[in-house]
Amino acid sequence: MYTEKVIEHFRHPHNMGKMKEYSAVGRVGNILCGDVMWLYIRVERDATGREVIADVSWETFGCTAAIATSSMVSDLAKGRTLEEAIAISNRDVANQLGGLPPIKMHCSGLAADALSEAIYEYLTKEGRDIPAALQARHEHIQKDMATLEERYKVFLDRDPSKGKTDEAPSCS
Amino acid sequence: MPDRVYLDNSATTQVARAVVDAMAPYFDVRYGNASSLHSFGQEARHAVEESRESMADSLGVRADEIVFTSGATEADNLAIVGAALARSGGGGHVIASKVEHDAVLRAVEWLQPMGFAVTLADVDGTGRVDPETVRAALRKDTFLVSIMAGNNEIGTLEPIAEIGRICRERGVLFHTDAVQALGKVDLPMDSVDLLAASAHKLHGPKGVGFLYARRGTRLVPLTHGGGHERGLRSGTENVPAIVGFAAALRLALAERDEVTARMWRLRRRIIDRVLRMPGTRLNGHPEDSLPHITNFSFAGIEGESLVMKLDEAGIAASTGSACSSPNLEPSHVLVAIGVPLSMAHGSLRISTGRDTTDADVERLLDVLPRVVGELRAMSPFKVGE
Ligand SMILES: Cc1ncc(COP(=O)(O)O)c(C=O)c1O
Ligand code: FES
Repeated sequence: MYTEKVIEHFRHPHNMGKMKEYSAVGRVGNILCGDVMWLYIRVERDATGREVIADVSWETFGCTAAIATSSMVSDLAKGRTLEEAIAISNRDVANQLGGLPPIKMHCSGLAADALSEAIYEYLTKEGRDIPAALQARHEHIQKDMATLEERYKVFLDRDPSKGKTDEAPSCS
Repeated sequence: MPDRVYLDNSATTQVARAVVDAMAPYFDVRYGNASSLHSFGQEARHAVEESRESMADSLGVRADEIVFTSGATEADNLAIVGAALARSGGGGHVIASKVEHDAVLRAVEWLQPMGFAVTLADVDGTGRVDPETVRAALRKDTFLVSIMAGNNEIGTLEPIAEIGRICRERGVLFHTDAVQALGKVDLPMDSVDLLAASAHKLHGPKGVGFLYARRGTRLVPLTHGGGHERGLRSGTENVPAIVGFAAALRLALAERDEVTARMWRLRRRIIDRVLRMPGTRLNGHPEDSLPHITNFSFAGIEGESLVMKLDEAGIAASTGSACSSPNLEPSHVLVAIGVPLSMAHGSLRISTGRDTTDADVERLLDVLPRVVGELRAMSPFKVGE
């Protein structure tokens, strides 16, 4: 069902894990399958003064394709300018992986969304103007995130940055 | 791949050598059509009828109460849709449970636009249907109750003897999907009117099953043709498969005590070890269960990735039902037993077979903490020690 490329990225994912010092993070998820992806970016200015994504990393709770697309989008975004990165689409991610099964196309959507959310957060933090398309996309993504944050509250509250240590549900 | 370990026996099983051997002559030596007059046909007919008798004997029922089908999906459909269409006057009410296999759920769902009412009974946190829930759901026009014998995803046994008795008192037909239970636990044949089974779950071939239909049970056939199987299932009998099914059932019953005792031992070992890992839960009933199916949820990781990681390490297991694999939503069984959505996507079903060894299970238990750890390291959800 999956291409060799997908399996390859799943088995040996690139840029996996939380980044120590990041400029922004994009948090996205899909309420149907329940999968979520956190994508971290560090933005720096290159020699010509353009803002580029100097580093990318991610944390993903999800299926094989979600993990492979996280890995792929991180490869695609690294070293790109913000404009170039915003333009990376779910099709680009899926194509680079040699395609995805139809039911798994949304996994690549998750990866592209995570990247655009991270850029959205970066621009917001920097007090920049947000392009209308990015704003619209952000609002759409946030709807699902509200549901998911509620669903995964127990795990999110464990985040040491929030200092809580609730038990995972129904652990036995 | 070096010696792989197969722990997905509730999806399907390896056909036992003895079963392959029993089937072989019916492909190329005694290959006649069981309806033909000549000696080829007689050999085939003899094989089919002998298989029927041997299976009926071991179940304690009459041979003419066994209808061979292409599998349990067809048997479930024949029981449910066949009984519904046999209602004079049409319409009526059917009860099934929320944890049934899709073969039952989709069949009762299909009846709804045909003017039938359907109630799906709730289950408790272990997946058990309370017989009193069924009693309370019975209506004047209820004509059929369908509750599985043992659950294919979580293993929980249902109180079918009791539910069957309640139905009998009220003059309602009782059907049970016994696919996972056949050959593993005693089936209370006295309490059921209809029962579906499949060969490929007990080391027999795929594509053959049967419907037990108590004498006098009125069913309308779903296939029309040459009038095979007492008119209930037209179509040339799959002779080698039927012979294989009978051989598989004989084998399962002959080895039952030994095999199920081993399965119980392995299941207890798996449960003991997995529940010591942080962020895990057992889905199903710890004791009132089929011996071969064990289902867990792992916090912070997703089931499909876990199955892929295990496969990479040479271990075949599944997230739940094989048929629901292309579905994005969590298993209807896990939702019905109240597994929180945050845990329902992280399920793993381990199912043993007659050949599963201690070494196989030790290999799983060796690999599992590592792959769970790897996936949790990727996940934004942190599950503490
Ligand atoms: C409980 C249950 N019912 C029905 C079926 C369908 O059986 P078959 O594959 O023979 O159609 C299965 C297995 O797939 C099952 O586990
Ligand atoms: S199934 Fe939803 S992200 Fe893969």
